[in-house]
Amino acid sequence: MDHLSALESQSIFIIREAYKKFKKPAMLWSMGKDSCVNVWLARKAFFGKVPFPVVHIDTTFKFPEMYAYREHFAKEWGLKLIVGVNQAAKDRGVSYANNDAVTVCHEMKTVALQQMIEKEKWDGLFVGIRRDEDGTRAKEKYFSPRNIDFEWNYKDQPPELWNQFQSDYDPGTHVRIHPLLEWTEVDVWNYVKRENIPLVDLYFAKNGKRYRTLGCQPITKPVESNADTIDKVIEELKNTKISERVGRDQDHSQRYAMQKLRAKGYM
Amino acid sequence: MSGINGNASDALRTVTPASELRIVFVGHVDHGKSTLVGRLLHETDSILPQKLEYVKQICVDRGVKFEYAFLLDALEEEQDQGITIDVSQVLFKTKKRTYRVIDAPGHKEFLKNMISGASSADAALLLIDAKEGLREQSKRHATILSLLGIKNIIVIVNKMDLMGYSQENFNKLVSDYTNYLKTLKVTPKAFIPISAYVGDNVVMRTSQMPWYSGPTLIEILDSIDSHKDAATRALRFPLQDVYRFDSEKRYFSGRIESGRLKKGDEILFLPSKKTAVVSAIERWNAPEPLEAEAGESIGITVEDQLFVERGEVGVHASAKPLVGKHFRANIFWMGEEHLAKGKTYQIKLTTQEIECKVKNVVRVINSSTLDEVSKDHHEVAKNEVAELELEFKKDIVFDPFNEIQETGRFVLVDNKRVSGGGIILQA
Repeated sequence: MDHLSALESQSIFIIREAYKKFKKPAMLWSMGKDSCVNVWLARKAFFGKVPFPVVHIDTTFKFPEMYAYREHFAKEWGLKLIVGVNQAAKDRGVSYANNDAVTVCHEMKTVALQQMIEKEKWDGLFVGIRRDEDGTRAKEKYFSPRNIDFEWNYKDQPPELWNQFQSDYDPGTHVRIHPLLEWTEVDVWNYVKRENIPLVDLYFAKNGKRYRTLGCQPITKPVESNADTIDKVIEELKNTKISERVGRDQDHSQRYAMQKLRAKGYM
Repeated sequence: MSGINGNASDALRTVTPASELRIVFVGHVDHGKSTLVGRLLHETDSILPQKLEYVKQICVDRGVKFEYAFLLDALEEEQDQGITIDVSQVLFKTKKRTYRVIDAPGHKEFLKNMISGASSADAALLLIDAKEGLREQSKRHATILSLLGIKNIIVIVNKMDLMGYSQENFNKLVSDYTNYLKTLKVTPKAFIPISAYVGDNVVMRTSQMPWYSGPTLIEILDSIDSHKDAATRALRFPLQDVYRFDSEKRYFSGRIESGRLKKGDEILFLPSKKTAVVSAIERWNAPEPLEAEAGESIGITVEDQLFVERGEVGVHASAKPLVGKHFRANIFWMGEEHLAKGKTYQIKLTTQEIECKVKNVVRVINSSTLDEVSKDHHEVAKNEVAELELEFKKDIVFDPFNEIQETGRFVLVDNKRVSGGGIILQA
């Protein structure tokens, strides 16, 4: 098996295992490239059908192109789409105009997710994070429990031997399932190419700039790039010396920002 | 890589070999694992400049000397305490291939994290501090590696600079460790004297140790054969699930753990002994393949009706596994509560999950000293290794570990938690 097929096979195994083990699984879908690959892998795992809801935690500050993509492909792929917004925070006026990036991310993503989990009683959540994105994400497991307060006990994670995962947890726990954990950014793009997965066109260069990751519009910056095709993006990434999340302000607002965000339940 | 812009290409699957090698760094705390990984990343040009700047700034702020270890130990607490708490994974590349580095903690308190990290490795690098010599975890980790069945083991004697690059000191360590490893039936591929801090014999050969003519670390890593032979063994296809969504089709799904399966094969499912002929290997958004092999997550449809569930193992009748209600195994215990004779646990072996009882504790050894620790044989404590006789509530499908690894290993669950891992010796 080649490298991409080996990654695909492992991810399918993880997705099927979680689908079997959790009573109410759901998959987060941000319309970013990673979570689109995640949805694609779920379709592979279940022969075209995604048998659980796909959830967009909507900060309401996303790019218009992302909302258009969501509406189009949720329909085309027959997804059961659920959108979650922290309306209380929205009503209080939480926004990038009034608050710092870490606060907005926490309120509009982490708290919004908390509210949705409370409401929908999801016990397993597929999340498209990868180890190569950030040092704290590098320490994640395939099945990563969060307690009732959303805390991640990274010092005492269940051991994962030989693809055997802990499947029973204390009440109130939800488990983050990470099918893409071992993929790299280049792997994702090679897979997008092999499978011909449509992406939001913000990923491709226009007027010398493109978005390498997509988040909230006010705090996501494009990078200098002329890569306007998948092949050019792959070539660019093979030679880059700039880290992927450089355009995401919330990561860099303070030292250990990601660890602090993630300790409170951020993805 | 050409000609695949468009539909999924099958050509790509067969042409490109799996080129990644997974290596785990183990050894006693403070013997320099994270430093060596950092050194490798630096010298193979695998660190982004921003990341390096970020870590250097942390060092300036803290008033400490720059350490490569900070590249791996990303958690604030790890950097405060100077120890690795949980496994990190990073990638680096040589001309030959990509390496996935698993940096495992060396502190006894985090042994289960080390085991978790090491269990997926193709090769292991055992680090020893030239000054401190063999310590508790140097030995314990070797025992764990032998139990995990990791064949490619390289011993790295680090911090040679602190011992004046002494050949005599190196030779004595080699001799001491060789004797210990012999009792585990482990033969390392090499012993390499290095200084991760200075950079001797990691990627580059320096003039410090003219008496050493063996390979550098990178040379020995590139010499490891990454070819996996699971596909050449007998077919073991444990069912993960059976799907029947909208269509009339029932997809019998799972990952082939060893061997090959072809369209038209007659598959025997055990322990139920039901048989079925493969009518198709199903795939979505890809052409239908005629065969599939070890490592592939697949789904098959069959001729006629078949009622089997998760846990059944598909095999060829010509090469059957063992089926029974007991076996003997070596286990290592990670649970806070002792494993006890007569107590009931859940075993997970491939997708089988069965209630099991510890019928007998044959012997218990301290995984560091290898001394037999218990004469009455009723309990196994955390971090101990033991030989057990296990008894199952119903038939279990398995192979001895030395025949087929994938169906010869298992975990034991105690009160929801994965608390032990084991390999099967015999029925």
